Amino acid sequence: MKTKLLPWLVGAALIGSIATASADTLADVKAKGFLQCGANTGLIGFGSPDDKGDWKGFDVDYCRAVAAAVFGDATKVKFTPLTAKERFTALQSGEVDVLVRNTTWTLSRDSQMGLIFAGVNYYDGQGFMVRKSLGISSALELSGATVCVQTGTTTELNLADYFRTNGMTFNPVVIEKSDEVVQAYESGRCDAFTTDASGLYAERLKLSNPADHIILPEIISKEPLGPVVRQGDDKWLTIVKWTHYAMLNAEELGVTSKNVDEMKGSQNPDIKRLLGTEGAYGEPMGIGNDWAYNVIKLVGNYGEIFDRNIGPDTPLGISRGLNALWTKGGLQYGMPVR
Amino acid sequence: MAVQNEVRAPATNGGRSLFYDPRVRGFVFQAALIVLVVLFVWSAASNAIENLREQNIASGFGFLGTTAGFDISQHLIDYSPTSTYGRAFVVGFLNTLLVAAVGIVLATVLGFLVGIARLSPNWLIARIATAYVEVIRNIPLLLQLLFWYFAVLKALPGPRQSLDFGFGIYLNIRGLFLPNPVFGPGSGLFDVAIVVAIVAVVVLARWARRRQAATGVQFPVFWTSVAMLLGLPLCGLAVAGFPVTFDMPELKGFNFSGGVGLEPEFVALALGLSLYTASFIAEIVRGGINAVSHGQTEAANALGLRGALTLRLVVIPQAMRVIIPPLTNQFLNLTKNSSLAVAIGYPDLVSVFAGTVLNQTGQALEVIFITMLVYLALSLATSAFMNWFNLRMALVER
Repeated sequence: MKTKLLPWLVGAALIGSIATASADTLADVKAKGFLQCGANTGLIGFGSPDDKGDWKGFDVDYCRAVAAAVFGDATKVKFTPLTAKERFTALQSGEVDVLVRNTTWTLSRDSQMGLIFAGVNYYDGQGFMVRKSLGISSALELSGATVCVQTGTTTELNLADYFRTNGMTFNPVVIEKSDEVVQAYESGRCDAFTTDASGLYAERLKLSNPADHIILPEIISKEPLGPVVRQGDDKWLTIVKWTHYAMLNAEELGVTSKNVDEMKGSQNPDIKRLLGTEGAYGEPMGIGNDWAYNVIKLVGNYGEIFDRNIGPDTPLGISRGLNALWTKGGLQYGMPVR
Repeated sequence: MAVQNEVRAPATNGGRSLFYDPRVRGFVFQAALIVLVVLFVWSAASNAIENLREQNIASGFGFLGTTAGFDISQHLIDYSPTSTYGRAFVVGFLNTLLVAAVGIVLATVLGFLVGIARLSPNWLIARIATAYVEVIRNIPLLLQLLFWYFAVLKALPGPRQSLDFGFGIYLNIRGLFLPNPVFGPGSGLFDVAIVVAIVAVVVLARWARRRQAATGVQFPVFWTSVAMLLGLPLCGLAVAGFPVTFDMPELKGFNFSGGVGLEPEFVALALGLSLYTASFIAEIVRGGINAVSHGQTEAANALGLRGALTLRLVVIPQAMRVIIPPLTNQFLNLTKNSSLAVAIGYPDLVSVFAGTVLNQTGQALEVIFITMLVYLALSLATSAFMNWFNLRMALVER
């Protein structure tokens, strides 16, 4: 990066902070003393502020986990609520250090936007929600329907693809903020509302009478959602990626936030390496050797945060499905710590 | 200035160096400033490009030619998900133009009416106009748009309970549906009749003005023109045997198909923008009329002109000089405010291009640059037109 003063100043003035995005995110995060995390503007279960203003959710817990790994303190994180449209620019420009905002991993996002996905924390797919009173049971009956959708999502493209492939027509109503999309759907402006299936379950809870709406069985796309960082900072990518794997490995090994202190005495070498009682796996990443211990102790393992935020006992009631561990027939697979 | 320089030049130049010549010095400083600005912009651009490349973010304008893959609800030209981003840009641009044009016309008409009403001697009319201005112009536009969109939407029935106004006109939450006239063979006569009527009106107006100037006899130009504009095309159709059929909106599946539909997003945006801007225009009109000295009205009365004629022939032409420059500002504001469309889902330039396209391509710099350029060009064009109009309306000083 150029270091001459004039271009630097001008670049900053002209194009926001793109020129200031640093290549050493870990040092920046440590220097400012907290993690700046891009979150949803409000998706119940995944990322939304609760009635006390505390951020809660599955994605939010990922931000806390990264903070726990870096600082040993899960509260050293600040959230920037971002709309689907704003999120990539916010990450590219360095406004946020990591983006965990139910964002779909696609080729063009990896190749053209200067971003890189650190893993898949939730395997999702796009679905449709309609009113029960319409009396339809399949997305294939939606020809001619008006469909509400949020700006700047893969959803917008999948929607057009699906209707085109099946020779059906539709009329899109595209709105920027998810709350207003849902409001337009609820007012009857649209016959159907489409987004990732997980989002449909979450948004249905916001409707005045959730029981009047059904989610159609068709899943029309692959939506692997995961945390995103900027390209060109492999050290930071490694930390975010391995925070995810640490939570998966912890679930696989039966280490939870409750038993993690007992587990420190375990003789299982896998657990010893994970919790930092054997070997030094944190230091090469530039963080403490007890990084994974902190993540599990302060936030929990993958299964815990899933169950706490979106699992069967929550209002969302989502079953693990594809997101079960590989040992239980799902796709979540933690790379080995060694 | 020129005179001063000529007087001073021999005095200052005699014997002293160029350094003290104000003209040379001025030129040098101006040139230096230009060089600095160019350098500034150039280094900013090259720095941005270099950084984008380093961060592996795509740049350039090649994306305009690739397939868009998303759909747009309202398009004035043919558009489908297989069209290019470039075409999506044109669709968004035309939608912005449409809502700005409709908004400007409605706001001007309403603004003039309310402005004049505020000066009405009728207590009730004047107070209603005042209340309108004070309420509308003091509430943020975004809130008003959301109000029109959500409050009005909620009040409308679903497609299957549509309000039926007869003649194939339906109103429901999906919009207003009207029959679409389809002109069959032989309706060329209709177009010809319209052209003939317009030409005839222009000729008539000139003739009437010349006759009045020469003889003082007036001719009812307005009503004759209306009769010709409506009557001639109808006659044309009658001669051709009414070759017009109507494509009626029909309830099919989820919604009406056929006919023409006005989407609620468009209606809410056009309505919100024109009501809001009209409240400002009303104040400009009131100020303009008040700026015309009362002596002018009295003089017109003394000549025996009635109230309406006084307003039309004496007051408004003089008020226009005061009204037009601030009116231009309001037109520019309305055009720029139309970008709030993104909040209520109207597919304007910002929503389609700086929204969806920006996000699908990730090329924020290029997209925002183009969008800013478009608004700049649009605003400059509007103000150029209004300046020309202002020049024509200005008092010719003799």
